[in-house]
Amino acid sequence: MLLGMNHKTAAVELREQLALVCSNQASPLQLFPYLKQVEELFFLSTCNRVEILFTCLCYNEAVQEVKALLRTHLGSPSISAAQLDASFYVHKNEQAVRHLFRVCSSLDSMVVGEPQILGQIKSAYRDAIQYRTVGVILNRLLHKAFSVAKRVRSSTMIGSHAVSISYAAVELARKIFGELSDKRVLVIGAGEMAELAAEHFLAQGVRQMAVANRTMERAVELGRRFRAETVPFNGIMDVLKDVDIVLSSTGSPVPLLKYQDIKSRMRQRRNKPLFFIDIAVPRDIEQKVNEIDNVYLYDIDDLQGVIELNRAERQKEAERAEHIILEETVKFQDWLRTLDVVPTIVALREKAEAIRQNEIRKTFAQLPDLAEKERQAIEILTESILSKLLHDPILFLKKKAGRDSKQLFVDYTQQLFNLSNENTPSSSALTQIYANVKKENKFAKK
Amino acid sequence: MITVFFVFATICYCVGAVGYLIYLFRDWEPIHRASLGALLAGAVFHAIAIVMQSSAVGHLAVANSREALAFFAWILVVTYLVVQIRLNLRILGSFVAPLAVVFMLTSSLLPGKIVATTSIFQSIWMVLHVLTLFLANALFALAFSAGVMYLLQERHIKRKNFGFLYPRLPSLERLDKINYFCLIVGVPLMTIGLVAGFAYADTVWRSPWNWDPKEIFALITWFIYVILLHERLAVGWRGRRAAWMAIIGFSAVLVTFLGVNLFLEGHHTVFDK
Repeated sequence: MLLGMNHKTAAVELREQLALVCSNQASPLQLFPYLKQVEELFFLSTCNRVEILFTCLCYNEAVQEVKALLRTHLGSPSISAAQLDASFYVHKNEQAVRHLFRVCSSLDSMVVGEPQILGQIKSAYRDAIQYRTVGVILNRLLHKAFSVAKRVRSSTMIGSHAVSISYAAVELARKIFGELSDKRVLVIGAGEMAELAAEHFLAQGVRQMAVANRTMERAVELGRRFRAETVPFNGIMDVLKDVDIVLSSTGSPVPLLKYQDIKSRMRQRRNKPLFFIDIAVPRDIEQKVNEIDNVYLYDIDDLQGVIELNRAERQKEAERAEHIILEETVKFQDWLRTLDVVPTIVALREKAEAIRQNEIRKTFAQLPDLAEKERQAIEILTESILSKLLHDPILFLKKKAGRDSKQLFVDYTQQLFNLSNENTPSSSALTQIYANVKKENKFAKK
Repeated sequence: MITVFFVFATICYCVGAVGYLIYLFRDWEPIHRASLGALLAGAVFHAIAIVMQSSAVGHLAVANSREALAFFAWILVVTYLVVQIRLNLRILGSFVAPLAVVFMLTSSLLPGKIVATTSIFQSIWMVLHVLTLFLANALFALAFSAGVMYLLQERHIKRKNFGFLYPRLPSLERLDKINYFCLIVGVPLMTIGLVAGFAYADTVWRSPWNWDPKEIFALITWFIYVILLHERLAVGWRGRRAAWMAIIGFSAVLVTFLGVNLFLEGHHTVFDK
């Protein structure tokens, strides 16, 4: 079961509020013990989405409960309950699984293919583990989701096409220079977009940066922020000979850098490549500059063009990713269905084991002078008889788990072995059984 | 038996070339490994063939055009393998492997008259001359491939028109570095090779310079590369111009190497007649 909202269903104000609450206050996972209907709980909150993933037995009650939890958690009167309800979507069963896989693989993101979401989910999962709110099913589901995300990333090229101006600029720089760590970036002017791009360059390993701005205070401020040196605005021409990337975004109505200025400086630079990124409108750098050998000029429209291309490319890759996700969803559903027969299998094993223990006790009571070695031999003998006898019925049940008619087989098995009374675990004991399954899985792995 | 090894080598190169061409379009690790393996196997078969051939005729098997070109293909593949291990520039294989195949196939079309060995073939100068020049030429072939890649990639970036190759080709600076590396190693090797050739000519024909067409063309080629290297070091030529020069230089290499052998008379071609 999954209850959530994202950038498509909820207005930005609501998301803001939720995100704010979730980051300031304690995690809603703390309220987990108060939820009677919910078996397992996972909570994810990012700037663009809130997802609550839970397992339950009674669907409607659980949803009500989780919504109530959210309301108390939010605790703000500015959003009406109806408004809140309207912005949520609810997915059940395989829809929920598929949705989670899509979110993890960044197919549901605002910027399809952006890599941050996986990290956010992983840290949310760590929280959930800390509060012990995830059990067998969600554990398995989330681990699966991580591996699906990995598979999508490695077998499609969804993450390899830049879709924002700063990404596109950095990607181009990489195609020109390869390694960026030994390159110098000059930032001219202080437009918001230039700042973003500069930040991105720093994040991608650029270590040397210089800032030039008409007003000195602003330049100093930026310099401090980017750990960059400042350059006097009319000294730009002089530093051109030892920078490699120029990010320009001034409000100047006439071009600052002209063809002749740059052409005449290329020899001083020993023709080292120079990459101009002109984000200003009107443009700061003459278009003709691009014709100089080893000089590359990209203005805002060029970058936009790159992004458009990449976006289309991503869309194509996203379709391939959807296919992978569908495949994995089906696999997970198969596993989930085997869980339905697990209680019966466990009951069967328990009954058999109880009988064995009982009989062994009787036998040992009658034969008091058995040596330890012989006792052990009898133990092993009985154990192996049991496990061999039960092997086929259990295998049969597991095989039928995927069928719709599985309830029939479960009923027959229960009647055949008379498991229906106290031996059949009630739903309240389900968690206990899941714990057993977990042990079993570990056992099987060994 | 020798022919069998030659054929095996050619088949391996073909497989490697096809694999590398697929790799050019799809970034798929196994295909790269398989192609690299195929090239390696081809180089081993080829080496066996060359050794057997050389021991059969009694001198290094480069006496006729056919042997020379096949030997060159071998040196090219080996050089690529070494460069690949050192620089890990996989896409280079997509350009070098087909080149090796072309050389192998061309060599099988060339006349291959076995030349009887004489003492002049066993001179140390001769072996030095052949080895250094072939190695230099192989490096120039790599520079040529890198140059072609550079021009393609630069075109993508300059024209802001990104073809399917754009994401697969390495950065301009990297390609330019390959050009530089090949040049800085290749030019001295070529110089040594030419000097060895002159010394060899001096011992055989009593004069280091005989106005042989091949000598003239080789000197022209040498000048092209020396100018390129000089301009690179002194003025800072790089990028597009360096790439073009590498392409022109390698064309000159091909003319010297093949054109002269096939179409002009001279003492390098005497063996083919």
